[in-house]
Amino acid sequence: MMWRAWLRPLTWLAVLLLATVGMSWLAPLFHWLQPDTRTVVYNRQDFLYLLWLHVELVFASGLAAALTAMIAGILVTRPGGRDFLPLASQIASIGQTFPPVAVLALSVPALGFGAAPTLVALGLYGLLPVLRNTLVGLDGISPTVLEAAKGMGMSPWQILFRIELPLASRVILAGVRTSVTINIATAAIGSTIGARTLGDPIIAGLINGNTAFVLQGAILIGLLALTTDSLFEAIQRRLDVRRGQSSVV
Amino acid sequence: MIELQGVTKRFGDRVAVDNLSLTVESGEVCVLVGSSGCGKSTTLRMINRLLPHDAGRILIDGRQIASFDPQTLRRGIGYAIQGTGLFPHWTVARNIGLVPRLLGWSPADIEARVTELLNLLGLPPETFAGKFPHALSGGQAQRVGVARALAGNPNILLMDEPFGALDAITRENLQQEMLRIQAQLHKTIVFVTHDIDEALRLASRIVVMHEGRVMQYDSPDVLLRRPANAFVENLIGSQDRGLKAAALRQVSELLDREAPTDDLSGEAPALLMEDTLRQALSLMFRHHRESLRVVDGNGDSVGVIRLSRLMAEGF
Ligand SMILES: Nc1ncnc2c1ncn2[C@@H]1O[C@H](COP(=O)(O)OP(=O)(O)O)[C@@H](O)[C@H]1O
Ligand SMILES: [Mg+2]
Repeated sequence: MMWRAWLRPLTWLAVLLLATVGMSWLAPLFHWLQPDTRTVVYNRQDFLYLLWLHVELVFASGLAAALTAMIAGILVTRPGGRDFLPLASQIASIGQTFPPVAVLALSVPALGFGAAPTLVALGLYGLLPVLRNTLVGLDGISPTVLEAAKGMGMSPWQILFRIELPLASRVILAGVRTSVTINIATAAIGSTIGARTLGDPIIAGLINGNTAFVLQGAILIGLLALTTDSLFEAIQRRLDVRRGQSSVV
Repeated sequence: MIELQGVTKRFGDRVAVDNLSLTVESGEVCVLVGSSGCGKSTTLRMINRLLPHDAGRILIDGRQIASFDPQTLRRGIGYAIQGTGLFPHWTVARNIGLVPRLLGWSPADIEARVTELLNLLGLPPETFAGKFPHALSGGQAQRVGVARALAGNPNILLMDEPFGALDAITRENLQQEMLRIQAQLHKTIVFVTHDIDEALRLASRIVVMHEGRVMQYDSPDVLLRRPANAFVENLIGSQDRGLKAAALRQVSELLDREAPTDDLSGEAPALLMEDTLRQALSLMFRHHRESLRVVDGNGDSVGVIRLSRLMAEGF
């Protein structure tokens, strides 16, 4: 039964990889779409290589963002950091109304062109959902549970790692999921400021009026988003099963 | 033994507990009773240092609690609260085993202890050990809460309205269980409730609190016979005080052993030695009798209880 949880992400991964290596097999289809164009399949860069760079960018920025946001979220909910809690909540909720493209654009003057500003922008923007959900998750724990934990003689560390984080994990993970999903799409825009991503064929297609290029980039980004999202869903289910809440699934 | 000497706690300008002094002897069930907000929970939470006290001294077995490491202190004191505070992501067994685990017991000892406690609280281990808290009824969850509080084998137990959220029947069952377990274990218990009937039922001594102060500290019997002031009198209810007092005492205390019993047989039911005098009065009224037969567990007559004797006693 356990492997079935992973069936969906694995299927999407297979489809993604197949589309990545086999895009040229679809050349007749794209020809039919655009009979007047000579090159119908993007060939300036290997799709697999672009996928790799894209994933690398999202993964590195996502990891850094998630860790930073979680640590910040934990710090401002400790007795010593409580003073910063309102500020952190405000940043987390207002920050998200800021469009990701704007974050990207603003990081160029600071960091120049290339992968670095994209990485920083993705990291900064990815922080917000995780921070917000960490705060919501930790705040949502019943005060009675915390009172009991303390009253039984657990240390603050034990309470954090054995009670608070496990109980908030579902909500925090949902934040990471949002963050990563948004950043998979946002990373593509990184191509406009010189990062190499699956956005490259899209940009090239838009500039040259080649719809097939745009389509190819979009398909791969979409499949990557689906794969990642179903992976998170599978992880969430595994967490639920472990604590006996699987009756609904 | 727990001693509170002139203990005061303020929240800002508000005095929650005001110069409170109290001694709870070992093996006693001391019940703090009073209306909501009078400082009962605050008093309790100062004993295990969940709250610091602003003035006065708190001693456990003659040692100031300030001299203990707070976590060590708490691991040595059972704590059960309203709403249980069971950890929803842990099984019943893991919840109960928490304090033993914190104390570094071996896994085998922990498992044996969990099984022992589940049995003690009437929860068959085969059924309940692996359940998660969300699958428990209110009464079952509260039993697990009590088991968890007892797990580290503490001498002292602090209980903050543990049965407050339960329906009347479940609450009564748990009160009975608690009396049974206490007769077996002889813990020193500080129990908080706002329900005077629960207090009268469970306490060996009752502390009536009002606005952070002690109004009276006496045994349930004395409290009912000689309320110290109008506040206590009002709390115990002026109308049915006699019946409340009668409910605290057993038929065996006013039994006439030698009396002839033949003329008492008939349709009126007999009483058991451990029935309360309140039950005796109730049966007398219902069956228009001035005396009732008392029997032992086998149904053999052991004596008679008379209304005249009850009246002479006066409650
Ligand atoms: N952490 C706290 N901060 C501020 N005021 C508190 C706090 N805890 C309790 N109080 C106040 O102290 C008083 C006594 O509270 P408590 O001991 O909880 O009452 P009880 O348990 O008798 O209902 C109440 O007025 C309550 O509002
Ligand atoms: Mg209270």
